[in-house]
Amino acid sequence: MEEDEKTELLPFTIEQFYKFLSEKKIMAAQCKGCGAKFLPPRPICSNCYSKDLKWIRLKPYGKLITYTIIHVAPKRFQQLAPYAYGIIELEDGLRLPGMIKDVKHDEIKIGMELKVFFEPVVSEDWPNWPAYYFKPSES
Amino acid sequence: MKGKPLVAIVSAGLSKFGKMEAFTGRELFVEALKEALQRCPNLNPRNDIDAIFIGMMSESFEHQGHIAPMLSDWTGLLPAPAIRTEVACASSAAALRLGIFSILSGVYDVVVVGGLEKMTKRSTPEVTEILGMAADFPFEQWTGVTFPGLYALMATAHMHKYGTTEEQMGLVAVKNHHNGALNPKAHLQKEVTLDKVLSSRMIAFPLKLYDCSLISDGASCAILTRPEIAKKYTDSPVYIIGSGHGSDTLGLFEREDLTSLRAARKAAKEAYDMAGVEPKNIDVAEVHDCFTIAEIIAYEDLGFCKRGEGGKFIEEGVPNIDGEMPVNTSGGLKSKGHPVGATGVAQIYEIFLQLTGQAEKRQVEGCEIGLTHNVGGSGASCFVHILKGG
Repeated sequence: MEEDEKTELLPFTIEQFYKFLSEKKIMAAQCKGCGAKFLPPRPICSNCYSKDLKWIRLKPYGKLITYTIIHVAPKRFQQLAPYAYGIIELEDGLRLPGMIKDVKHDEIKIGMELKVFFEPVVSEDWPNWPAYYFKPSES
Repeated sequence: MKGKPLVAIVSAGLSKFGKMEAFTGRELFVEALKEALQRCPNLNPRNDIDAIFIGMMSESFEHQGHIAPMLSDWTGLLPAPAIRTEVACASSAAALRLGIFSILSGVYDVVVVGGLEKMTKRSTPEVTEILGMAADFPFEQWTGVTFPGLYALMATAHMHKYGTTEEQMGLVAVKNHHNGALNPKAHLQKEVTLDKVLSSRMIAFPLKLYDCSLISDGASCAILTRPEIAKKYTDSPVYIIGSGHGSDTLGLFEREDLTSLRAARKAAKEAYDMAGVEPKNIDVAEVHDCFTIAEIIAYEDLGFCKRGEGGKFIEEGVPNIDGEMPVNTSGGLKSKGHPVGATGVAQIYEIFLQLTGQAEKRQVEGCEIGLTHNVGGSGASCFVHILKGG
C-alpha cells in the first residue's frame, strides 16, 4: 500500500519507523531507483545508494519462521518470563522479531499465522519506542 | 601464492580461565603474556616487540576504556604502540588479523596479539545486558530477546529444517566438557552426562544451561613474527597460512537463512583458498561453541560435513578428541570458558599447543594443520584462521 504525499516527506529513519508504530502502522521503505525494500527503513538505499525512497505500509499479518521460549530474561522483561519470542515474515519477505503473546507455549508452531498488535508508549526516558507483539490472528 | 606462510606464531600464552575473583583484566593479560615470554626465551620483549593489538568487547564490564596503552604499560613495553579492536566475541581474532596485516605490510617485525575480558564481577542480568549490546538494539534487545534467545532461534530453525535434536546438541556439551576436564586452564574441569545436559534448567528453549558457554574472566596472547625471522625465536614456529573474515547483518531477523552463518561461510572460503587446503585436510579445530547449536552450525559452515548433517556428525563421534577430526580439544567456550574478548586468540593458543606437541593430555597425535573459527554476536562477524606446524 502506498502512502500519501505528506508521508513521503517524512525521514526514512528508525525514529520515524517507531513513530509510525505508535500510530499502529508497520512502515517499510522502498527505493524508487532499484526497488529494494527495507524493514526497518534506511535513509539511503544500501543497494544503490539512492535517497529517492517511498514508504510502504505492510499488513500486520505474518507467518512464524522460528521461535524460542525465553526463561532467563533481561531485567526489563523478567516479570514476563518465561515468554515466547519469534521472527515473523510479513509481506514481500520482510521480517520482524518480537514477543508472541496469548498462546500456550506448546501450541506454537513454525508456519503459524500471527498478527501484530501495538502497545502504547510507556516510558518518558530514551529510548521510549512503542512496543509491539504478535499473537495468533484468530484470537 | 597458496599456502605461503603469512606470519609465524613463535609463542602464545593464556591466563587461567574462570571466576578469577581477585584479578582485573589487565592483570590477567600480564599473566598470559608472561607465559608467552617464558615459552620464548630468545625474544627480548623491550627490544623486539614492535606493537600490541588487543581485543576486548566491552568497557562496561570493568568500567574501563582505553585499555590498549595501559597494557603496553603493564607488560613493560612502553612506548610500544597498542590499539584495541572490537567485534563483540570475535574481538581478539580481529586483533590477530590486524597483527597479521601489520607484519605483511612490512611496518612491524614482531607484534603481540591477544584479548581479554573480565566478566564475573557483574551479575548475570548485567552480563546479559552488556552482551546484548552486540545485537541490534532498537529491534532485538528492545523487543525482549537475549543472546541465548538469538541462538535458540537458530536452533529451532535448524531442528525444523533438518531434524536436528536436543540430544545431538547435548552431545556437543558432553564432548566439550570431556575435553575441558583434561585442560588445567579450563573454567569448568568436569565431565557431564547427556542426561545431566538434557535435564538442566531451560535458558531459552531449546537451549538449556549446559547448552550455553560460561561467563568467565581470562586473557590470551600470541607473538607473531615475519616467517623469515621466526627461527631466531623458536625451533618450532607455527605458521598462519590462511586468514578469512566476513560480516553480516547485526539483526538475526534480517538474514535470509537462519540455519547457517553467511559471515562464517565467507571467512572459511577466504581462509581455505588462501591456505590452499580443503576441510578434509584439517586435523584439529577450535570452533565458536558459545552455544551447542553454534558448534553444529560451525561443522556445516566450515565444510566438515554437509549442510544439515551437523547433528549426525557429532552423533557419529567424528569431532571427539579420539575421532577423525577433533574439534574443541581445549573444552571450547563451553567448558574452557568464554571471556569474550579473549576467546579468538585462546583458540589460537590451543592450536599452537596442538601443532607443537605441547597439548599434554589433550594432544592429538600427528596433527599438522589446524583451524580456528571465532564468531562475533549472533554471526555478524566471523574470522577463520588456518595454521600449519613448522
